[in-house]
Amino acid sequence: MKAVGIILAGGGSKKMRELSSLRAVSAMPIAGSYRAIDFALSNMTNSHIQRVGVLTQFNSVSLNEHMNSSKWWDFGRKQGGLFVFSPTITFTHSDWYRGTADALYQNLNFFYRSHEPYVVIASGDGIYKLDYNKVIEYHIEKKADITVVCSRVGPEEDISRFGVVHTAEDGRITELEEKPVESETRNVNCGIYVIRRRLLIELLEGCATEERYDIVRDIIIRYRNHKRIYAYNLESYWSNISTVEAYYRTNRDFLKPEVRKHFFGELPEIYSKVEDNPPAKYNPGACVKNSLISSGCIINGHVENSVLFKDAYVGNGAVVKNSIILGDVYIGDNTTVENCIIESRGTLEGGKSYVGSPEEIKVVVEMMGRYPLNAQKEGHK
Amino acid sequence: MIKKEMIAMLLAGGQGSRLGVLTQKVAKPAVSFGGKYRIIDFPLSNCINSGVDTVGVLTQYQPLRLNAHIGIGIPWDLDRNNGGVTILPPYENIGGSDWYSGTANAIYQNLEYMKSFSPDYVLILSGDHIYKMDYEMLLDYHKANNADVTIAVMPVPIEEASRFGVVVTDGKGRITEFQEKPPEPKSNLASMGIYIFSADLLFEALTELKDVPGCDFGKHVIPYAHEHGKRIFAYEFNGYWKDVGTLQSYWEANMELIDIVPEFNLYEEFWKIYTKTETIRPQYVGAGAHIERSILGEGSEIEGKVFNSVIGDCVTIEPGAEVYDSIVMKGSVVGAGTRLYKTIVAENTRIGKNCEIGAGEYRDNAVDPRVYAAELAVIGEETVIPDGIRIGKNTAVWGVTTAADYENGELPGGGYLVKGGEKS
Repeated sequence: MKAVGIILAGGGSKKMRELSSLRAVSAMPIAGSYRAIDFALSNMTNSHIQRVGVLTQFNSVSLNEHMNSSKWWDFGRKQGGLFVFSPTITFTHSDWYRGTADALYQNLNFFYRSHEPYVVIASGDGIYKLDYNKVIEYHIEKKADITVVCSRVGPEEDISRFGVVHTAEDGRITELEEKPVESETRNVNCGIYVIRRRLLIELLEGCATEERYDIVRDIIIRYRNHKRIYAYNLESYWSNISTVEAYYRTNRDFLKPEVRKHFFGELPEIYSKVEDNPPAKYNPGACVKNSLISSGCIINGHVENSVLFKDAYVGNGAVVKNSIILGDVYIGDNTTVENCIIESRGTLEGGKSYVGSPEEIKVVVEMMGRYPLNAQKEGHK
Repeated sequence: MIKKEMIAMLLAGGQGSRLGVLTQKVAKPAVSFGGKYRIIDFPLSNCINSGVDTVGVLTQYQPLRLNAHIGIGIPWDLDRNNGGVTILPPYENIGGSDWYSGTANAIYQNLEYMKSFSPDYVLILSGDHIYKMDYEMLLDYHKANNADVTIAVMPVPIEEASRFGVVVTDGKGRITEFQEKPPEPKSNLASMGIYIFSADLLFEALTELKDVPGCDFGKHVIPYAHEHGKRIFAYEFNGYWKDVGTLQSYWEANMELIDIVPEFNLYEEFWKIYTKTETIRPQYVGAGAHIERSILGEGSEIEGKVFNSVIGDCVTIEPGAEVYDSIVMKGSVVGAGTRLYKTIVAENTRIGKNCEIGAGEYRDNAVDPRVYAAELAVIGEETVIPDGIRIGKNTAVWGVTTAADYENGELPGGGYLVKGGEKS
């Protein structure tokens, strides 16, 4: 028990368009059976980090529902556990979390009351597998004050939504450019940090007195010459899902055998809340090619190059291509869906056509009264 | 201990010998069913869905898989501070030790467990039936009749009634006569092996009958209650109920799940069947795959063709393989180019490439024609079958086999090849 964990899960994202109006980014469904935060939670539990705080703020209903029991990630323990920290008001204080550092500062007692020497801070919207102990080992080896986990992103990624990291030869961070318009290096900040608990408390208290609220701007960038801040390169798969395009691409990445092998074929596993759906059912006329199908799906039509989440129904003669179908979606007979993301609980009438393009993925929110719309607006997923 | 109005005692110690190699190393209640379930999930889920939160599970034959599956009852919400699920194996006491010698004897040996909850009623269940039943309605019926014993019964075709324990009622539900597997049944109401006893009567009867060898509910306890003039009622159940005691009925019950609207519907929102979920990831269906009229469990990777089949979790079906009318349980691999016809493949089996199983001429099984029938080929768990082997109908294979075990690369119809069984 070398570290306590913090998962930053309070963010929404305008770039997720309609998808984020219903839930925090960390609660976005991923790869048929998971939510984004399952990856950080599973990494924590698989790294034997037993005491984990999750910071929530933006539209947290789905997230809280998902974490209504901590036993799925093995956090239901006497030693440690899963703690959800939402902003709270007192007689002297009534602010929302004004930034990532402020969110941690407002829960400073969590750090004071821990005894573990290190803190692992992770964001809830990253899709990756990582043994945080390896980062802690690296951190110790480099005698670092802060270690930032970095990943090299491909040319398909929009670099302007990341923090680009420049390092010296030994890995020490010399420069961190937040959201550059363009950049020659593709090495970006994954939003995963290791820091000694005592130092974190000191830095957070310093930030608070100066009314600074952001981990990246007010700690990493500000202290880059003053503290020893190192980059740990994460070589395996990493993806941040907080735009519609990235979300679509990340889900479809799971159709690649090497990505499935990494996440599904190799231990340790990613855990999620168990929902007890029956096995997926393929009726006469079903034709499924290169797709992920989750439990509870009933398929009568044609599905190709797509990811179907739990309890999706595909009607007779319906065609689903290159699409992400979220949970509990009904697709009527002879309806065509191409290059779309269908929001969960959607009801698509028969004989309709929903077509986006590979450049412009269409997000479809179509409730048709099967679930009341005002319940949707209020954030009940 | 907090008093419980009704507790359940679930008999899960039987071997189920007519399932042949499927139950060589697991008790029948732990045999896989319907892709992702095990048979015992049905009564356990019925319990929690009916509000029965205290369940004693009596185990005896090969309990390892069963114990690992049930654990502390998390999947069924039976991890409770008061009650919950308790595994009850036979135990040693000051006077010696006894195996469970019959259904009622097993319950008798756990009298203390039952009494610790001071129940008013005890529900007796068996762990080898596929059905959904609201035991609360059964209890309401029991109370409304002021009954001492209520037996769940279901109408069966009269020509089949002689296979069952049959009850004769007075028209108002009260049972006047029992017939155990009668040649000429007087009624078509068959006992389902599900009983509610008023606790006082049950404890009295079990204590009175404690020295009866092989003490059994159908043969001893119910007749005891009848002889003592107790009020015994029949509760008629008209839903789906299947005893999966033979390979044929086991296969049929699985196949019924793949109908477009199955008689036994797992897709209903409000009576979920829970199971220990070891895999949560979705299944992957490859570009060359073709699946119709089938159900598939989580995490399976399908590259071949699957028709009319029930496939479990984490099954791999390689390119060019074809699976027809078969059951493939979790973790098994069907090699490229292999064809399965009406085959039951138990868990974690590896079938090589270009095999053909379940085809060829009809021949009765050489060793046990009563068990291995209905043209089924049955492959026991953790079996290995090498490449290019042909296996006929009414056959059984179990264990790590090599090409040398097959004459001319073939196990003809009716063949029996069992190499497993040693403790490893």
